[in-house]
Amino acid sequence: MDELSPLVIFIASVFTSNILLTNFLGMCSYLSVSRELKTAWGLGIAVSFVLTCTTAVNYWLYYYVLVPQGLEYLQYIAFIVVIAAFVQAVEMIVDRLSDRLYAALGIFLPLITVNCAILGGSLFMIIRKYDFIQSVMFGAGSGIGWALAIMALAGIRRKMSRRSAVIPALEGPGIVLIITGIIALGFIGFSGVVQIN
Amino acid sequence: MTQVIVPALSIAGLATALALLILIAERYLMDYGEVELTINDDRKHRVKGGSTLLNTLKSESIFIPSACGGRATCAYCKVKAVRGFGEVLPTEEPLLTKEEITNNIRLSCQLKVKNDVAIEIPEELFSIREFKARVEAISDLTYDIKLFSFRLNEPEFIDFKPGQYIQFQAPEYGDIDESVYRAYSMCNVPEDKRTVELMVRLVPEGICTTYMFQYLSVGDAVTLTGPFGDFYLRKGDRRMICMAGGSGMAPLRSILKAMKPEQIARRRPIFFFGARSKRDLFMVDEWSAFEREHPDFKFVPALSSPEEGDDWNGETGFIPGLVEKYVDNVAEGEGYLCGSPGMLNACVEVLTKHGIPEERIYYDKFE
Repeated sequence: MDELSPLVIFIASVFTSNILLTNFLGMCSYLSVSRELKTAWGLGIAVSFVLTCTTAVNYWLYYYVLVPQGLEYLQYIAFIVVIAAFVQAVEMIVDRLSDRLYAALGIFLPLITVNCAILGGSLFMIIRKYDFIQSVMFGAGSGIGWALAIMALAGIRRKMSRRSAVIPALEGPGIVLIITGIIALGFIGFSGVVQIN
Repeated sequence: MTQVIVPALSIAGLATALALLILIAERYLMDYGEVELTINDDRKHRVKGGSTLLNTLKSESIFIPSACGGRATCAYCKVKAVRGFGEVLPTEEPLLTKEEITNNIRLSCQLKVKNDVAIEIPEELFSIREFKARVEAISDLTYDIKLFSFRLNEPEFIDFKPGQYIQFQAPEYGDIDESVYRAYSMCNVPEDKRTVELMVRLVPEGICTTYMFQYLSVGDAVTLTGPFGDFYLRKGDRRMICMAGGSGMAPLRSILKAMKPEQIARRRPIFFFGARSKRDLFMVDEWSAFEREHPDFKFVPALSSPEEGDDWNGETGFIPGLVEKYVDNVAEGEGYLCGSPGMLNACVEVLTKHGIPEERIYYDKFE
């Protein structure tokens, strides 16, 4: 994998290998916080920030602390602890900067901790043997890709709430999952551009 | 051995380092320092920033009514935000009307005091205090309504308008692991400034009433906050049409008993009191005595479903149906109502049908 340019990894993780649309990671908050474009944008930014920072910190932690001591098996717990700390920090920053976003995200802000996309980002970076720059680009790209996907969905849901009649059985998560599938198909259209898997 | 110690120490070290980082971040990010809170343009308080407006006001001994404890569900804690607060929050939106939003009315439990702010609150909120009191007497009014009498210790005196309510704090007890507040109207007259009397009906599985009925006994210490509410006697000479059911008698008892004799002669109050059967009826003798004392006052108890053996020769049926029979020229009157939402709606409907505009009907709804 070493030969992949960081830029390629970045583009690919935003579009062709979008962590949400191809790996279906981070679905929980994606489904629940996608009603309003504004909050989706806020959560997208928060996830991107946490994802970028945690891949960088976790890269360093894995290769400079865990590997030398032969503690690779501790990666899950170590990564989660780092993620939890970063989410705490983000929570404080959001609280300081925007009351509205803080109130809108509510419980979902601390729940970024258990957003699978974030742990997924760190684990993929290890499995795919990325170097530091590649990892950070992958983290940033995945975050932006996740934000893009949730904002696309929020936009569609806003339009839908205004004029579409959804059959009752599909209201809520049902129709959202169908829409997600269609967005994912749409993103396949990018697959000719770059491929990292 | 090292196989155990090294991983444990590594994780512990990592967690400690991150915890330290968070503490440092908290120290700098969450510290808003001292800010200035201006109330009604003239009262200025130096307060510590960072907590909600409701709690900040509480720490300054200003008590805003709140029943849900800051969970943005009761919508009692509305205040006018003059400056220093941002846009309306998503948690507030469902509880504010469009008109309130344009007038900058906000929920004080959701707003955070982070910089110099200014708010407006009704002047009467300044007289709200937290009282430490003791139970002086508990007596049965009916099988499910009790009269609680409290003697205030700290502060010793309360100033309230007849008809207002106070919040009773039920502490943690039994399986209930959270202290709750519930509102009850004072049923005594404000003249005796050291006493607060409440009529409480036992709500099946109610947290607060269960506590009051099963755990509270004479001599116990209690905490009361108040007075609150805008249900009180309005000025003027209009005839007072009072309607209540069950423990809804409380605020009307306070209002009527506090009136001066010449006021009663002028406003000729009539009090319709609804109950299911005779065992739900109480204080009838007291009201009969009040009637004899004031010839212009009339008490009309009515049973909606008298039981066999009740030996009842008074009115039967629901009280809204009796208004026409007892009051001529209803349209010129003024309504004072207290009771369950169902009863209140029926009463409001009858009074408006007879031509009393809704703004002249005052009520206290149990919720």
